[in-house]
Amino acid sequence: METTTATKGYQPMEYKSEEGRLKIFGFWVFLSAEIVLFSTLFATYFVLVHQTAGGPAGKDLFEVNIFAMETFFLLTSSFTCGLAILYMRKNSMKGYLIWTIITLLLGLGFLILEIKEFSTLVEMGAGPTHSAFLSAFFTLVGTHGLHVSLGIVWVTSVMIQVIKRGFTPVTARKIFMTGLYWHFLDVVWIFLFSTIYLLGVA
Amino acid sequence: MKDFLFNFKMPEHFFITGDPLIYGAYVSIILVSLAILFVLTYYKKWVWLWREWLTTVDHKKIGIMYLVAALLMLFRGGVDALLMRIQLTAPNMHFLDAEHYNQIFTTHGTIMILFMAMPFLIGLMNVAIPLQIGARDVAFPALNAVSFWMFAAGAMLFNISFVLGGSPDAGWTSYTPLAGSALDPGPGQNYYLLGLQIAGIGTLVTGINFLVTILKMRAPGMTLWRMPLFSWSTLITSVIIIFAFPVLTIALALLTLDRVFGFHFFTLAGGGSPMMWANLFWIWGHPEVYIVILPAFGLFSEIFSTFARKKLFGYNAMVYSMLAISALSFLVWVHHFFTMGSGPWINSILSISTMLIAIPTGVKVFNWLFTLYKGRVEFKTPMLWALGFIPIFLVGGITGVMLAVAPADYQYHNSYFLIAHFHYVLIGGTVYGCIAGLIYYWPKIVGWLLNEHLGKWAFWWFTIGFNLCFIPMYIVGLKGMTRRMYTYPAGLGWETWNLIATIGAFAMGIGFIILVWNMYYSFKHRQNDTTGDPWNGRTLEWMTSSPAAEYNFAVIPQVKGLDAFYLIKKERAAGVKEEAPEIKPIHMPKREAFPVIMSAFMFVAGFGFVFEWLQIGFLGLLGSVITMIWRSFNDYDRDYYIPVEEVKKTELAAGRRV
Ligand code: HEM
Ligand SMILES: [Cu+2]
Repeated sequence: METTTATKGYQPMEYKSEEGRLKIFGFWVFLSAEIVLFSTLFATYFVLVHQTAGGPAGKDLFEVNIFAMETFFLLTSSFTCGLAILYMRKNSMKGYLIWTIITLLLGLGFLILEIKEFSTLVEMGAGPTHSAFLSAFFTLVGTHGLHVSLGIVWVTSVMIQVIKRGFTPVTARKIFMTGLYWHFLDVVWIFLFSTIYLLGVA
Repeated sequence: MKDFLFNFKMPEHFFITGDPLIYGAYVSIILVSLAILFVLTYYKKWVWLWREWLTTVDHKKIGIMYLVAALLMLFRGGVDALLMRIQLTAPNMHFLDAEHYNQIFTTHGTIMILFMAMPFLIGLMNVAIPLQIGARDVAFPALNAVSFWMFAAGAMLFNISFVLGGSPDAGWTSYTPLAGSALDPGPGQNYYLLGLQIAGIGTLVTGINFLVTILKMRAPGMTLWRMPLFSWSTLITSVIIIFAFPVLTIALALLTLDRVFGFHFFTLAGGGSPMMWANLFWIWGHPEVYIVILPAFGLFSEIFSTFARKKLFGYNAMVYSMLAISALSFLVWVHHFFTMGSGPWINSILSISTMLIAIPTGVKVFNWLFTLYKGRVEFKTPMLWALGFIPIFLVGGITGVMLAVAPADYQYHNSYFLIAHFHYVLIGGTVYGCIAGLIYYWPKIVGWLLNEHLGKWAFWWFTIGFNLCFIPMYIVGLKGMTRRMYTYPAGLGWETWNLIATIGAFAMGIGFIILVWNMYYSFKHRQNDTTGDPWNGRTLEWMTSSPAAEYNFAVIPQVKGLDAFYLIKKERAAGVKEEAPEIKPIHMPKREAFPVIMSAFMFVAGFGFVFEWLQIGFLGLLGSVITMIWRSFNDYDRDYYIPVEEVKKTELAAGRRV
């Protein structure tokens, strides 16, 4: 990669057309709006984190095993998603497909764990309507989870398009943009993991 | 599951009844809908409507739709205003009861800011910005259509609250706990939350679109520092939108979760924090007032320099002061609730940051005045509105600084003094800017000019009416009249002032009617704009024909400095020979059906959540996600080329050399 990008005049396929460049730039701008969105949710969480209304707090609820596994799944999926893009750049359909499917499976694994975590909490009587703290927790983590779900739908739909059409400037752009999105969700998770779960159980 | 699918709980009143105003609304809605259906069918216009408007991605047409919607909303908000003024004409009136009054001031404020000022300005941006920077369209034409239809869906949802389920009534600020489900049950406040949510998505997309357009699609030679001021102000506004609107999205979503799903963000029960709403709302809300004033500043700058026949004075200072305002706009939100006990330190700091905004604003006012100085001022109608803006905005700004003095604000807060302040800045700034911009760009939009004589009548009726209406409010505010009171007793010395205010409000209404009548009159007695440059303009939008061809410029112009078209005209006058440009096939986007379909699904979703019919709500959301996926699979061959022959034909017809 490094050597090829350094080669004079080299441009990855997704950057070749004016339209591709514009859309990728626009997507970066969209991601900055997403950062504001998540920052606001983090802020509400920290305002309300101690408002447990006599109910359970983070340290009574969060299970290290589960959120460690979630973290492992999501971080690995970010890595495999990077590999998929690398193979796309090398024009290897097989490599792209394999790594994309692994990424999707890891994402799905993450989601299943999160859904399990949420349903256990609700069954324990610690659902989002129980206290302000729980409302904020469910909303913040749930918004991230919703993004991951949409990400899975999007990556899958792009993958089907790639299978039908091969690598073209348009499909390459879409792969690249889903990649950006996926990495972004990973970054958000790192903040969730460290400030909500780790600080929560500390 | 069955419970979920078939649970249509009904609010107490689904069809609102019992008031002649409401019955009038029903009748007019039904009649207007029937009339539209009839006209479309009789003249066989359905296909035309679908092809030319509902699925268009042309920024000029989208701009027109925004402007039409904004004028309709200005009418609706204006009627609300007149109803309130009638009720307050004299003490102890019984024209409206308290409940209706609450609903009307809420819809008035929300509609004026979110569904009138924003789309008006975004419409003018759509009409002018791509032309002004010498581009063929915005960066993402399809998303531009998404923006418009999302806004339209949100506005429609908000407006049907009047007849179905009841209007929101907790003020445009929707403060909790008043706006929570305990004190304000029923669908009314949900309309506010979902209408704004859906329209807000559209606004965010507009912000992204115009940011990318302006940064990446300027004509060759147009560096940032050669960009006209309206483009600069749109760029800066886009940045504010991108940073402010996600906060509104979250605030609305959280309150929706509270109201519909029983969460505890803003309820004291469960440990929530009602004050958090005020903070979130104003962290978005104060930047929002700059979102609606900066583009107006940009329009005024264009108009002053055009009609003073001079380069804008202090161009760099103008840009830097807008940048300063945009940064400061995020640092002053607490001034909206000094009285809610943030403590002396916070109040002092935010009080000072608020006053700081007056400095860059003052710089701008002086620069406009210096632009006029020694200019050959032409008093065309757009210029009248621009000139009217300066003294009005000055009064609004100075009273703003008074309000910014935190201890004094304990006296002014929530009084009519505050009402007068923000109407002086919002009407004098934003509305005057919108009207001035509309008249200025009118020939570019439709190809003929508005009548100057009628235009002046409209201006004077509106301006005199405005001051008659709002100066008394400063006075009654200082005499202790608080905002949002639906009636008042006699003998407090408020009567005369309120009477004058109502008279003024009706005079403004007459001004508005003349303005709209002028559109019809000038159409009947058309004075066509054959040159494309009716005002002797200085910027690129005046270089194309009026209205511009769908591709805007047959050949993208080369920019050699600020006021690019002025420089080109100067060269032409000096006899510099322009080489005949070579026309190439023009790359254009195709029509798109998905924006309007997706927004229709969002409307359904919004309607479902308003009545807490969750199955409908989720169905609508699912529909819009499926539309998006469908569009993603059909995201190929979305463009075509206009052949050279056709471009040449269009250009010759517009009287240009090819
Ligand atoms: C010199 C600049 C300005 C200053 C110092 C200023 C200051 C203030 C202050 C301190 C308040 C809160 C008063 C209270 O609630 O007691 C306020 C309210 C308000 N201002 Fe301004 N302002 C300025 C310019 C503007 C502009 C340019 C706009 C919009 C175009 C605007 C729109 C509003 C609105 C809508 C409110 C009231 C919101 C509500 O409570 O419903 N202001 N202003
Ligand atoms: Cu403010």
